[in-house]
Amino acid sequence: MSPKQTPVGARTKPGKPLGAGASRTELQRLVRDQEVIVCTGSGGVGKTTTAAVIALEGARLGRKACVVTIDPAKRLADALGLETLSNAPTRIDGPWKGELWALMLDTKTTFDELVIGNAESEEQAQGILDNRFYRNISGALSGTQEYMAMEKLYELHQRTDFDLVVVDTPPTRSALDFLEAPRRLTRFLDHRLYRVLMTPTRGIVRAVNVAAQAFLRTISKVVGGDVVSDAIGFFSAFDGMEQGFRDRAAATLELLSDDVTAFVLVAAPRRDVVDEATYFAARLTEAGIPVRALIVNRMHPRFAKGDAGATRERANTFAGTALGGLYRNLADFQQVASNEEQHLAGLAERVAPAPVVRVPFLQSDVHDLEGLGLIAAHLFPR
Amino acid sequence: MDPAQFFAASRVVIVAGKGGVGKTTVSGAVARAAALRGRSTLIVQVEGKSGLANLFGQPPFDYDEVTLAPGGGADGSADVTARTLTPDDALIEYLQAHGMSRVSRRLASSGAVDMVATAAPGIKDILILGKVKQLEQLGAADLIVLDAPAAGHAISFLRSARGLLDAVRVGPINAQARDVLELLTDPSRCQVVLVTLPEETPVNELVQTAYSLEDEVGVSLGPVVVNGMYPQIDGLDEDPVAAAAAAGAALRTGEAEALAHAAAFRSHRMALQAEQVGRLAEMLPLPQLTLPYLFDADLGPAELEVLAQELLVGIGGLAPTPGDGDR
Repeated sequence: MSPKQTPVGARTKPGKPLGAGASRTELQRLVRDQEVIVCTGSGGVGKTTTAAVIALEGARLGRKACVVTIDPAKRLADALGLETLSNAPTRIDGPWKGELWALMLDTKTTFDELVIGNAESEEQAQGILDNRFYRNISGALSGTQEYMAMEKLYELHQRTDFDLVVVDTPPTRSALDFLEAPRRLTRFLDHRLYRVLMTPTRGIVRAVNVAAQAFLRTISKVVGGDVVSDAIGFFSAFDGMEQGFRDRAAATLELLSDDVTAFVLVAAPRRDVVDEATYFAARLTEAGIPVRALIVNRMHPRFAKGDAGATRERANTFAGTALGGLYRNLADFQQVASNEEQHLAGLAERVAPAPVVRVPFLQSDVHDLEGLGLIAAHLFPR
Repeated sequence: MDPAQFFAASRVVIVAGKGGVGKTTVSGAVARAAALRGRSTLIVQVEGKSGLANLFGQPPFDYDEVTLAPGGGADGSADVTARTLTPDDALIEYLQAHGMSRVSRRLASSGAVDMVATAAPGIKDILILGKVKQLEQLGAADLIVLDAPAAGHAISFLRSARGLLDAVRVGPINAQARDVLELLTDPSRCQVVLVTLPEETPVNELVQTAYSLEDEVGVSLGPVVVNGMYPQIDGLDEDPVAAAAAAGAALRTGEAEALAHAAAFRSHRMALQAEQVGRLAEMLPLPQLTLPYLFDADLGPAELEVLAQELLVGIGGLAPTPGDGDR
């Protein structure tokens, strides 16, 4: 097993990249051994589908696996038996040794449950749930979805008997927000405004000191007094619960950086996606989290060895004939294939010795268990 | 439809779509196409990605406006400029322009923008859109192309104005939200161009986004752009051996199989693409513009030129009044 504590960039022996077969074996080993797998990458690269395939493979290997998805395409959700958002995993029956469960994250309910679980009393919980500021945070605040995904992951890992929890990260606007997500609320609680509101006495506006009042007036001028009083109401109601939230955030982060968790980077072989994946890998490394596998979806097939240039020349020689068209088409795909390999080279090196598994461009979109099985045949040894 | 007329229909074009469909490329192509028809165009980005600058062969840019493609050549084209807007910059600028410099400094130094943004979600979006509205009214360019945030965010991004009107009932943010909503819902000032790939899931999501935007925001939708269509090649149906014989050429070992497999792959993909384009037309009665998949290399200025020309041809083929097509 590779030493997880060593940041990717600091490895002294990058070694030879694994071959295709060895890479698949290595990826399967992760699915067999890890307790948590986080699929991350930019939007539109097939993260959700990949996460579902990984969980399915876990079940095939006899594990009790649960995939947490965030906003899956409707037909995939249907295939997984997920009709509505729900916080309770649904079991999917099928011909596998283990169990396959799926859950489509309900951000707001997850947040509500977190509040209820941490509140000292029912009144306190209700006070928060009714607050408009809280409703804003739990429903629409960017970052909340990430935060709740990680919260759900933690809960499923700690409190249930799943052996494998696979989570698909939201397509965040700013790359790896989800790493920051559990800290988000606690950072918020550490914010000056909160401290100002809560001292010297507890969040009563008239008791706030002069500087704080000036600060509040400033904000009121911009967003209006209602927003400020909602915020004050929220913070007052929240009083006493911060520690619980802080502890939970710390524990979640710990789980994410623990050896039992593996981060799998999902990408497509386009330059912009690879650039972003490279950035993700760097950020993960900074956070002390190695990329344990790289999955590249939608690779174009390579129909012939060699350089597109020579084929292109033949296409030009025979321009205007059917043969010319056939050569031109072949040259197009040779070109794409070599561009894709070129884009991937640097990224594969960066995540080495992590296995790199390539999935070819599929003939149609995947939206059923059969389709997931087709992808699995490319990801894992068969 | 005359492209010049098309680009004069509204001063703001918002380009939106799911991640990975080529939204930024399309923003660049729309801008360049407009510039080729003599309309100076400003591209506004909200995410500091390098794609757009690469597309024009230029170094990365920031809040300050830069020229991506100078006009004034023999072709009579106008400038394409670009800038990246951030909510923080937009807020400070807004407050300064409204006699609240002191407030702006305070907000900036205390890091309260995040806090305020939490108190009233959508505020960051409204600050960006507010800035776009200001640029529109100042006439910063003949056309402003806004490269919107990806996918699901596009809806909440454009919905922010309505949401904020409920959350913040007074003050400058409320006024800003009101102005932005006016801009978004006025077809003579603003239209949204949705981008997709000719694939099932992106098509489904585009249709969903289109209806959400019309119903929940009330924006006017321009033509949809289907990006990444494989260009047609003649001869794909021919047997390579027969084609070689006809051309008097000898094939090398294995070449016939390679040519046949590659041809079959392309034909199959093209059939799937055509099917998805048809499905899109059925589900969404909006005119379509298609852009080719470019096999050659990475997207750069030469490819941008190709795409801009393709757009002009496509727009030229649209019915004179966009939006009334019942295809």
